[in-house]
Amino acid sequence: MNRNPNLMRLALPLVFFIAATCAAQQADAIPESRRMKPEELVKIMQSSSGEKPLMIDVGSHVLYSQAHIPGSEYIGPASTPDGLERLRRRVQSLSRGTFILIYCGCCPWTHCPNVKPADEALQALGFSNVKVLYIANNFGSDWVAKGYPTAKGD
Amino acid sequence: MLNKKLLIGFAALAVVFLFLLARSRFREHHSQGTQQSLAPDFVLPDINGGNLRLSTYRGKVVLLDFWATWCEPCREETPHFVELQDKYRDQGLQIIGVSMDDDAAPVRQFHKQFKVNYLVAMGNAKIGELYGGILGLPIAFVIAPDGSIRARHDGAVKVDVIEAEIRELLATNPAR
Repeated sequence: MNRNPNLMRLALPLVFFIAATCAAQQADAIPESRRMKPEELVKIMQSSSGEKPLMIDVGSHVLYSQAHIPGSEYIGPASTPDGLERLRRRVQSLSRGTFILIYCGCCPWTHCPNVKPADEALQALGFSNVKVLYIANNFGSDWVAKGYPTAKGD
Repeated sequence: MLNKKLLIGFAALAVVFLFLLARSRFREHHSQGTQQSLAPDFVLPDINGGNLRLSTYRGKVVLLDFWATWCEPCREETPHFVELQDKYRDQGLQIIGVSMDDDAAPVRQFHKQFKVNYLVAMGNAKIGELYGGILGLPIAFVIAPDGSIRARHDGAVKVDVIEAEIRELLATNPAR
């Protein structure tokens, strides 16, 4: 079968555009009420009172090993079936009112493939107190570079 | 007559000065952080079962791109990088993609699917730290033939910007 290279050249950007649009809609679909800004989380972490969330990293392990929020647990990318299954197993025995915060920070918010599936899975399991850390650009610039508490390693 | 010669001389000097100033501003504008520092050498497993050592490509202009298959802006950049590699291969450009995926299988699949024509290796946390923290993707470094880092680009960058930097380095590359 002969493929027209010009047609391919035109089609490829279109495919990317559609994929990018879908990705953007996916991340933006998380309601404002379930988003938490990094500075809000830092206040909660540093406060001597109040409930602390169970913090779960649903992103890449290579990035988590370099820097993550101290006390957070690594589950794995929720964009994969394995990652989602690990997330479900981790929370299955918890009370549905448990304060859970999920985060990733691999990419700009509108392109993150992980937070939305994780949020959806927790909603489907009936968790009523879930927040998603709103990382506008990436974990490096929106968390580490701001001097917020950071840990390394597994 | 003498005044006219002096005037021409001053005008020529002014043109050279403005050119050098513009060039330096161009570099400042497009470079961040570690410009002119030596790119840390590394050996990483490539996706064909071999090893990739960065210093092997000393003498070439290297575009070192940290990316991942699940990163949408990275995927969008890939076809442009394939074109750049084709266009400037003979002039001494080597693009090296360092995947920050946790697993090599999707990288191999991506490599095949997108007909990637440049080198791809599997990264890890250690190389991330070596390069000042790769805590978001994509991040690309433009490396001169002498091994110095000329620019660091965090996030998706217009390919025109990267191409201009590559062309400038290729134009002054003695090993062409």
